[in-house]
Amino acid sequence: MNIPKALDPASALKSLLGDAVLDVKTFRDETTIVVEPLRIQAVLHTLRDTQGLVYNFLSDISPVDYYPETRYDGQRFGVSYHLYSMLYNRRLRVKVYLFEDDPTVPTVTEVFPGANWLEREAFDMMGITFDGHPDLRRVLMPEDWNGHPHRRDYPLGYETVMFSFNVEDIAKHKPFAKE
Amino acid sequence: MVMELSRPSADGMAEWQGDLDALRGLVSDRAITGETMLLNLGPHHPSTHGVLRLLLELDGEEIVTCLPDVGFLHTGIEKNIEAKQYEKGVTLTDRMDYLAPMSNNAVFCMAVEKLGGIDVPERAQVIRIICLELTRLNSHLVWLGTHALDLGAMSVFLYAFREREVILDMFEMLSGQRMMTSYMRPGGVWRDLPPDFLPALEKFLGYFPQKVDEYELLLTNNPIWRDRTQGIGVVEPEDALAWGLTGPCLRASGINWDIRKAEPYMSYENYEFNVPLGEHGDVYDRYIIRMHEMRESTRILKQAIKRLGAAKGSFRSDNRKFVPPPRAELGRSMEAVIHHFKLWTEGFSLPDEEVYMAIESPRGEIGCYLHGTGGPKPRRVRFKTPSFMHISALGKMSQGHMIADLVAIVGSIDCVLGDSDR
Amino acid sequence: MGVVSSKLGNLGVVTTTLETAVNWGRTGAMWPLLFGLACCAIEMMSTQASNYDMSRFGMELNRASPRQSDLIIVAGRVTRKMAPVLRQLYDQMASPKYVVSMGDCASCGGVYNNYAIVQGVDEIIPVDVYVAGCPPRPEQLIHGIMTLHEKIKGERITDWMEFTQKA
Repeated sequence: MNIPKALDPASALKSLLGDAVLDVKTFRDETTIVVEPLRIQAVLHTLRDTQGLVYNFLSDISPVDYYPETRYDGQRFGVSYHLYSMLYNRRLRVKVYLFEDDPTVPTVTEVFPGANWLEREAFDMMGITFDGHPDLRRVLMPEDWNGHPHRRDYPLGYETVMFSFNVEDIAKHKPFAKE
Repeated sequence: MVMELSRPSADGMAEWQGDLDALRGLVSDRAITGETMLLNLGPHHPSTHGVLRLLLELDGEEIVTCLPDVGFLHTGIEKNIEAKQYEKGVTLTDRMDYLAPMSNNAVFCMAVEKLGGIDVPERAQVIRIICLELTRLNSHLVWLGTHALDLGAMSVFLYAFREREVILDMFEMLSGQRMMTSYMRPGGVWRDLPPDFLPALEKFLGYFPQKVDEYELLLTNNPIWRDRTQGIGVVEPEDALAWGLTGPCLRASGINWDIRKAEPYMSYENYEFNVPLGEHGDVYDRYIIRMHEMRESTRILKQAIKRLGAAKGSFRSDNRKFVPPPRAELGRSMEAVIHHFKLWTEGFSLPDEEVYMAIESPRGEIGCYLHGTGGPKPRRVRFKTPSFMHISALGKMSQGHMIADLVAIVGSIDCVLGDSDR
Repeated sequence: MGVVSSKLGNLGVVTTTLETAVNWGRTGAMWPLLFGLACCAIEMMSTQASNYDMSRFGMELNRASPRQSDLIIVAGRVTRKMAPVLRQLYDQMASPKYVVSMGDCASCGGVYNNYAIVQGVDEIIPVDVYVAGCPPRPEQLIHGIMTLHEKIKGERITDWMEFTQKA
């Protein structure tokens, strides 16, 4: 089989969708391309279907919360799309940064159907809304849960740890089940 | 709501409390009019391998829609690790995919090593490969036992667990724990192999291939087994890629992607092994692939034992900025005392950057996304787990099949709910 | 024949108290509910599999239906999403019913002091025996069940009255 020559994803994307690319970073041999949130669908489409790129597998969608810090122009959230090219055996991270008051990004389920549950999880855990998602419900937490647990300002837990010195104190308040 | 279809009433009987309108668009319109039946399978059901809940729309016995519902085992492990130092996070990763704890340890440690630029000595890499392949055998044995049990073959379960106990005994030699080993640490492994480990491993490898033949003798050509599994839950290669299937489920559809070969970690490129591929992408092919993988793992283990003698270095890196000094050094060196104190109180700091590390777990690609803060605790740890992706594809896989085939399909994707929900 | 033949005498009759006879029956054939949650469920399966074989203690089979079981082994962490399900299963079991909380997570929340995990299953259902360990070894689970048997053997007629009122 004649495999076309591999292209550098950052420069190829810049030439094809120049206005969408905001920044390119490299850390530990991992390339991160920061793109305009509204153009994410076009970016992933291009990366998947262009000869020489063929990022045909979506590994993961990883949201991150920078609270109390922010990035770039005060964006609080980041969403990383981890792509993998089975043809060239290499990975690429496409990242968008979102503001706290409106963490919305278009869905990529049309490009990668497997993104469906990954986006649902990002919505459930981080409160990021995916515009145009076919079924944006909570996936891990109960339907009536308040808040988004993986945000940095959400408390981890609230019960005091039981030790021998405070066991009686806690047992007084602990809601033990009756029959 | 979809989540709470039934609640116990005063006499303990379940009552329909659901709102059909909430299901509109998710199930077909025939379910709203009552033409098809809605059936709730799980979260407590013997064939769902834990606490998976499936909302089924049935036309007779045929599945029209299957809506998986996970999260009954959501433990908040990712958030818990964010509140801990990097080294202490290893303990929590065991409990995600509890059938393959070593894979979870490995992916987390490797992400930490990548973020911090920590080296892993050659000997530690070989020990890790021994652990990773043993955990693959361990996981596949549980899968084989329960999958066969679901389809009515009781004895395979007893045989598979007999061999699994031997592996667990070896894990206990390594780490002191049967299942939740936490044996791997950033920079290597916790301690060197104990003297009686290698003889036990060699003895096990001596007879294990025959045991795999024994399992195959019970199932592979068994007409009942073939009827129950062939042509069931077929996934086309394009679909498998699009839905994000990985591991044996992807390879059963004929796509040759094994991270051990594609992006070798821990020097997997030096080992000789084959990646078995399927043709039809059905339940039977997934079964055959896992059986072959057990044989290939045995091969890798045999090569690893040979390499262990020649492997240079210690079982753990001696980069004292990340790895605490051994106990014996504390009495001799002031510097060792300082490092010991620093690492066990504050922990080591990693840069405010992000990395993604993926390895091949028994179930498929397990990925760890790690974002540091510049301090001793991570900003974000996220695990991409294969079971989560496989369950998300379950609805499409089971469409048009009988309800009894659903049990075969759920077994064949080898979902572990702890892995999926984290 | 030893003890049995000497006790039987000529008549083939054994005298005992009702309590002893009933409690002997309850401990001798106790059927657990097949209720696995997480890691501990795998150790529970090991306990039933070839090496440890829990059927030696009359636990021949795990019933999948709560209506047919006497014992629920809560094997693993109980999340807030799972808690209502667990309570419903417990309510559906027929009296007398017993609960073994297997593992640290079920007993007290274990290492997970966080938003998702119920800090001890005793907040939802009353527990008879706690088994420590993460996960407990099969021997530990068997010991927990032996402890439960001891507890049942000490039950009096007055305790049974409570069961009937509850059921």
